[in-house]
Amino acid sequence: MSRVSEWLQGGPLLSDGAWGTELIARGLEPGTCPDVWNLSNPDAVAGVARAYVEAGSRVILTNTFRANPVSLPAEFAERAAEINAAGVRISKSAAAGRALVFASIGPTGKMVMADEISESDVKAAYDIQTCALADAGADALLIETQSDPMEAEIILRSAKATGLPVIVSFTFDTGKAHDRTLTGDTPERIALRMEQAGADAIGANCGSGIEHFVLLCRRMRQSCKLPLWMKPNAGLPVIEAGKLHYQQSANEFAAHLPQLLLAGASFVGGCCGTSPAFVAALKEQFAECASE
Amino acid sequence: MSAMEQLYTAVLEGDAKSSALLTAQALEAGADPMSLITGAMVPAMDEAGRRFEAEDYFVPELLLAARAMKASMVLIRPLLVASGAKSLGRVAVGTVKGDLHDIGKNLVASMLEGGGFDVIDLGADVPPEKFIEAVKDKGAQVVCLSALLTVTMPAMKTTIEALKAAGVRDNIKILVGGAPVTAQYATEIGADGFGENANSAVALTRRMLVEQVADAQLLSEGK
Repeated sequence: MSRVSEWLQGGPLLSDGAWGTELIARGLEPGTCPDVWNLSNPDAVAGVARAYVEAGSRVILTNTFRANPVSLPAEFAERAAEINAAGVRISKSAAAGRALVFASIGPTGKMVMADEISESDVKAAYDIQTCALADAGADALLIETQSDPMEAEIILRSAKATGLPVIVSFTFDTGKAHDRTLTGDTPERIALRMEQAGADAIGANCGSGIEHFVLLCRRMRQSCKLPLWMKPNAGLPVIEAGKLHYQQSANEFAAHLPQLLLAGASFVGGCCGTSPAFVAALKEQFAECASE
Repeated sequence: MSAMEQLYTAVLEGDAKSSALLTAQALEAGADPMSLITGAMVPAMDEAGRRFEAEDYFVPELLLAARAMKASMVLIRPLLVASGAKSLGRVAVGTVKGDLHDIGKNLVASMLEGGGFDVIDLGADVPPEKFIEAVKDKGAQVVCLSALLTVTMPAMKTTIEALKAAGVRDNIKILVGGAPVTAQYATEIGADGFGENANSAVALTRRMLVEQVADAQLLSEGK
């Protein structure tokens, strides 16, 4: 049995919510790179991790979304391994055995297809990140917010080489039905391609709100046998008085959980606009679903 | 299929090799360089854009079509410069300060080039001074601002304010775009237009340049 299946033997697992907004609430300057705080302000990062564990997350991520040498601010590129190791240490210490730690790996933000970066440069960047995360003791690697299967496959090759379970999660925010990646790929195509490429679980995160995720989840379920990872946004933000605002409440968000589980989700949490309060609301729903 | 139709198909299907080869053959056979652009390549890019709107095409197909057109333009541009023909207009594009994301911006730049514009690509994480310089020293008529992050969107506003403070705001048109950007936000920060996607950015830029000419005429007539 795979490690992921072992973790899921007791049923679906609750993951965490957004990190960036939580760090901003703790004083991170918007627009600066959150990952650097693993070195310069580890207590604040630990605060976010602890808040999620206390709210009921059984899987928490690490503050390492941008911690590959290509995406980090240039002056920190050389310290990528250090930033990743610190991120895992902080989350593991906050989890203290109560939650699994899946290490977050974001995209480069550049497209191989458009010749903005070469395949070998992508591979080299993620070899550094995935090794550092694995060496620091992450339970699994989560390649998330992917919009281009070509890049996801390159990162997946790096991640698989560590021997850890690897989850690959895409963002479907393109097209009128919000069911395509930036590259136009459907959940069916992504599921097939990532299963073939050796992912241990696949999923969707960010995107256009939890309502769309039920259908995405069902379509992935019909296309592959892998466990499914679902981390929707709290809807799309609106601008009020010049400030960004997510309108969906924690309870409105959590009300969609039964449908998402029915559609086959194995891990559920939240992306942009969600907080420990959302995780707490999901936890209540989890309990209700389990008692039914 | 005629040579023009073949070139149209090569661009539309994103076949850069054929597009360059067909262009070279047509030029050798004495074709007018401009007619290759207006008769085959621009219609092909328009059709690619139409397919994008209809969701038959996605970003990769658009990129390939733009690249095929570029491959032909490499051969055609020197001839146009030699004959003194002017581009449709000069556009500066960049991702605003604090934001490193450039996929969307690059796509807009490719599509604008494919649309026949002279593009100044300022890159990502561009401070307001660079946009001002592009207008003042390089003669950009339209400025396109991109942002992917909700937290960097306010830099669009500060860039527009900086262009105002530099006294060049009224000579140019400013377009904004990027995932979190809305038409409402564009209006709020005083941009002239909002591009929903790379394809609409091209159509919008065309319209803006027409408006700009009209504005200039009104000004010169003292209205």
